[in-house]
Amino acid sequence: MAGRFVRLAETGRRAVTLIVDGKVIRAYEGDTLLVALLTSMGHVRASEFGGGLRAGFCLMGACQDCWVWSSDGNRLRACSTVLSEGMAISTQQPEVTWPNLE
Amino acid sequence: MAQPRVVVVGAGPAGVRCAEALVAAGIRPTLIDENRRDGGQIYRRQPESFSRPYSKLYGTEAGRAAAIHSTFESLRGQIDYLPQTLVWNIEGHSLYLVKEARHITLTFDALVLCTGATDRLMPVKGWNLAGTYSLGGAQVALKSQACAIGNEVVFVGTGALLYLVAAQYQQAGARVRAVLDTAPWSARVGALPSLLAAPATLWKGLLLTLRLRSAGVPLYTGIEPLEIAGTAENGVSGISFKDSGGRVVELRCDAVALGYHLRPETQLADLARCHFYFDPSTRQWLPQVDPDGRTSVSGVYLAGDGARIRGANAAESSGRLAALAVLQDLGQAPAVDTVAALRGSLEKLHRFARGLSQAFPWPAQQAGRLSDDTVVCRCESVSVGELRQVIQQTGACESNRAKAFSRVGMGRCQGRYCGHAAAEIIAHAANVPIEQVGRLRGQAPVKPLQIAAVLSASLPASVEEAK
Repeated sequence: MAGRFVRLAETGRRAVTLIVDGKVIRAYEGDTLLVALLTSMGHVRASEFGGGLRAGFCLMGACQDCWVWSSDGNRLRACSTVLSEGMAISTQQPEVTWPNLE
Repeated sequence: MAQPRVVVVGAGPAGVRCAEALVAAGIRPTLIDENRRDGGQIYRRQPESFSRPYSKLYGTEAGRAAAIHSTFESLRGQIDYLPQTLVWNIEGHSLYLVKEARHITLTFDALVLCTGATDRLMPVKGWNLAGTYSLGGAQVALKSQACAIGNEVVFVGTGALLYLVAAQYQQAGARVRAVLDTAPWSARVGALPSLLAAPATLWKGLLLTLRLRSAGVPLYTGIEPLEIAGTAENGVSGISFKDSGGRVVELRCDAVALGYHLRPETQLADLARCHFYFDPSTRQWLPQVDPDGRTSVSGVYLAGDGARIRGANAAESSGRLAALAVLQDLGQAPAVDTVAALRGSLEKLHRFARGLSQAFPWPAQQAGRLSDDTVVCRCESVSVGELRQVIQQTGACESNRAKAFSRVGMGRCQGRYCGHAAAEIIAHAANVPIEQVGRLRGQAPVKPLQIAAVLSASLPASVEEAK
């Protein structure tokens, strides 16, 4: 599907691009990462517990339902992350290698 | 004597007024806030690159919002302000913070927790589908980002916020498909004497309803939500509910805003070991506070909605009162008439809040009627049926025990959005009074942290011990 969120105002801001799962997405300066994603797509991640696709819930940093990953593997909470130009995002959790503790 | 270290957590209306009163008394408080900008949730500020005026953002509360923001600006040089900082644990008089993945330990002589509230949720089948948002979340999308959560939005739940957010959406040009309120009309009539404690606020509420009605938005009262329809891939496509006459109604929509009033964020008060009591009128556990915000723990104070849900105006008064209580306990005598006036205004708003919870009651009875395949824990997709099975098989009818067996409340939201409903489901399934089910204990870290931040917190201490 196309975007889930609908912009109602404030579209005169500077345009910013980001890369999501390898594809270029357009957004605006001042967008949160969640808004940048959800104005272009219908979800931000898949539930790890077989609960389908997710698109965030509380938008105020309480529910943790909008986690995405930066290209260097850091976890970001999309609703409280401010977008920056050229950000590269993965909606899938990168493979984690646990340290060998032996 | 060195200046006492007073720490205020939360830069919403309670925290800002508290800091202001402390500064006025010659104290330089530390103000810690999780958000990037001050204002809390209610007076949340839009990013700097946005240009909507206050009147558009805050409606009838524009003046109050502007006053809180300008007070904060005037305090900047006189407080130690830590934005984007999470208090993740409290041990005695030490706070554990994390700011940009860096750990900080801060000790305090007095701590005022102004931690605010989050939405109180009752599950409905399908609320786990993409496109369902908390009511507060729907408001954040609009207020802070000028977005609607969908093309056609249905507002479901109960409380003043339900009508406020729906009206804000309608005014901003979003398509509000309907407002579905679980509270029956009759409850509002019964609550009228209490609601008259704040007639201006009551009048604003009535105007919101009238505005929605005149805009042609269907308003239903006394409904019971049945199911949010949709698919795991595409999310929400509609909602069905029983109207007050028992007829099943189906509406098409691509977004649902869901919320049943608010619940205080009390995890930090819990970690500070404050005493809690059961409030039967709202069916929840609340931290014990005296009229000025003193908790059962010396040096720890609560103000605003984080103590109990009384709204933004009460948050301002209770923030000031908590500051005066801190000052008094530190040996400064506060102005007696100021304290009396603040207590008086708070008392009125307390009555009004009681009226609201009577007019828009928490729909506890729904918990028993939820189908077994309804998700109760969105974080880990645990169903109501799985929780009921745990209760039947293990006899666990206390919240924390049931959590250990079922994982309900153990997910990444840490029970914020399932805890109250899970308690009702347990009470119903085990046939015990709700207060006997207890409450989920707050656990550190109060929000998920990078393990590196926690390690950096524990390392220096152990190095010291090793010496």
